[in-house]
Amino acid sequence: MSGYLEGVLVLLAVNIVFAYGAFLPVAAGQLNLGLAGFGAIGAYASAFLSNAYGVTPILAIMLGGIAAGLIALVVAVPVLRTRGIYLALATFALGQIVQATLLNLEVVGGAAGYPVTAFIRLPTIALFAASVVVVVALLFATRFGIAVTAVHDDERVADLMGLDVRAFQIAAFTLGSIIAGIGGGLYAHHFSFIEAQYFNIGLSITVVLYVLLGGTQTVLGPLIGAGVFTLLPEILRGSANWRYVLFAAAVIVLMALRPQGLLTGEQIRRLLGLDRHGIGPSDAAREPAA
Amino acid sequence: MLGQQIINGLMLGSVYAMVAVALTLSIGVLNFLNFSIPGLFMIAGMSTWALIHAGTPWPLAILAALAITTAVSLVVERFTWRWLRGAEHFVPLVSSMAFLLMFEHLAIAWWGSEMRVLPPLFAGTDWRIAGFVISLPQLAGLAVSLASIWGLSRLLKRTNLGRGLRTIAEDSDTALLLGIDVGRVVPIVFALAGLFAAIAGVLFALNYRQVQPFMGEAVGLKGISAMIVGGMGNTWGAIAGGLIIGIAEVLSVGYVGANFVDISVFGLLLLILFVRPTGLFAGLSAGRSGV
Repeated sequence: MSGYLEGVLVLLAVNIVFAYGAFLPVAAGQLNLGLAGFGAIGAYASAFLSNAYGVTPILAIMLGGIAAGLIALVVAVPVLRTRGIYLALATFALGQIVQATLLNLEVVGGAAGYPVTAFIRLPTIALFAASVVVVVALLFATRFGIAVTAVHDDERVADLMGLDVRAFQIAAFTLGSIIAGIGGGLYAHHFSFIEAQYFNIGLSITVVLYVLLGGTQTVLGPLIGAGVFTLLPEILRGSANWRYVLFAAAVIVLMALRPQGLLTGEQIRRLLGLDRHGIGPSDAAREPAA
Repeated sequence: MLGQQIINGLMLGSVYAMVAVALTLSIGVLNFLNFSIPGLFMIAGMSTWALIHAGTPWPLAILAALAITTAVSLVVERFTWRWLRGAEHFVPLVSSMAFLLMFEHLAIAWWGSEMRVLPPLFAGTDWRIAGFVISLPQLAGLAVSLASIWGLSRLLKRTNLGRGLRTIAEDSDTALLLGIDVGRVVPIVFALAGLFAAIAGVLFALNYRQVQPFMGEAVGLKGISAMIVGGMGNTWGAIAGGLIIGIAEVLSVGYVGANFVDISVFGLLLLILFVRPTGLFAGLSAGRSGV
């Protein structure tokens, strides 16, 4: 396999992992704009473990994810006090703080970046990505998935039905951050060099865009979103700038015409024949009232 | 030296304040965090450079840059807020982020990614008062931003349009029932927000004489900070927040180091959001004061 192809596929796998990190909170109705920060925590923590203590990369990456999750758990309680725009802004500020802190942390290279000696190849990374997809899909097949969807659709009704809304929001936020941390660790151990500047607000925004483009109603949405929008620019080639312009135009048009994303739960049910009546409730009926 | 730093901080702060006003107008009236505003700021700055570079006289270049940016802001309206109804609450926010991405990369495709330098238009117009150096664009910038923000708050308070905007800020459905043509008034919010971002971009270009396609990001982040410090939806709060952050930044770059500035500014923001989510100066709002 050519180095270029392997690079693209690794990036695809990492993007899929990040997309699931963003998907979990979005599925519970929260926009996490600090995702890159949790990716950075995972990347730096795992790189530090494998560099300084010789921990095997796979274990280091998992521990990096746990580190990101622990920090998410600590900040989730105050951060999730805020709602809507304020939540988006709080998570955004959080991502900026993580980035600025890492830039000043000399033990991991500060602004100069941090080389990673251990190296993992595509098969390991693809396995990680596949596991993340499977775990999230299984998770959403349980009561957890139904509860999170209920919290997303209407917090008040979910509360009245006896769901612990806060607990599910914190769980979705923390699990998403663990996954983002794993994504960061995978990135660090393949590309052998990390710098805090990579984990900027632009990364958080792009990943959130993948998820919203793919669709937030089904667990396959992030897979489709990250897949299409990582591979499409590679296929189109052309200059790097026009790729971004096209990507942005696709986002704008899709958000206007199809705000529920490319893939909806309804379509999946119809495709799999799970819809007993042949025609179920329209997509519009599933959307929360504005 | 401290006095000079404060003067420089005030100038930087007035640019932040203008961006914060643009942002706060969107949030206050439409409850919409408009991420395209840093992009509009950049468009104004870059087109000022491009027009002057092409030989346009500077007053004409400034007017054209303001007009172009305001027009672009109206295009953003067509594709963001208009589609809010019946969608996830963050759909317009996401589309506006896509606009920022698009503007930046169109600018690179058009003008290249390198730093562009404007000619010194007002060389030799520096005033020296009691040992302080104040340049004409600095003074004009401060005056223009204060005047336009004063004008905006008069508009919101005294005119029919302002009353309409404040009604929409309370509840856009009720506003519709009361006979306010929401579909016609909302573009005006975008035009005003675009105009304020444009004035900030032009002032930045004329004062610092350096523009590049990503110039909006850092200023946009500081504008968001200024808006939160000032209380969302509060125009005078935005100017206070902008000036505070401008002075704090210039002073801490001078005395502490630039990296710690980000940690402290965003740390402060997070703290404000936790403790008082509507900002320090909330309660004096022109639009929605609390959500």
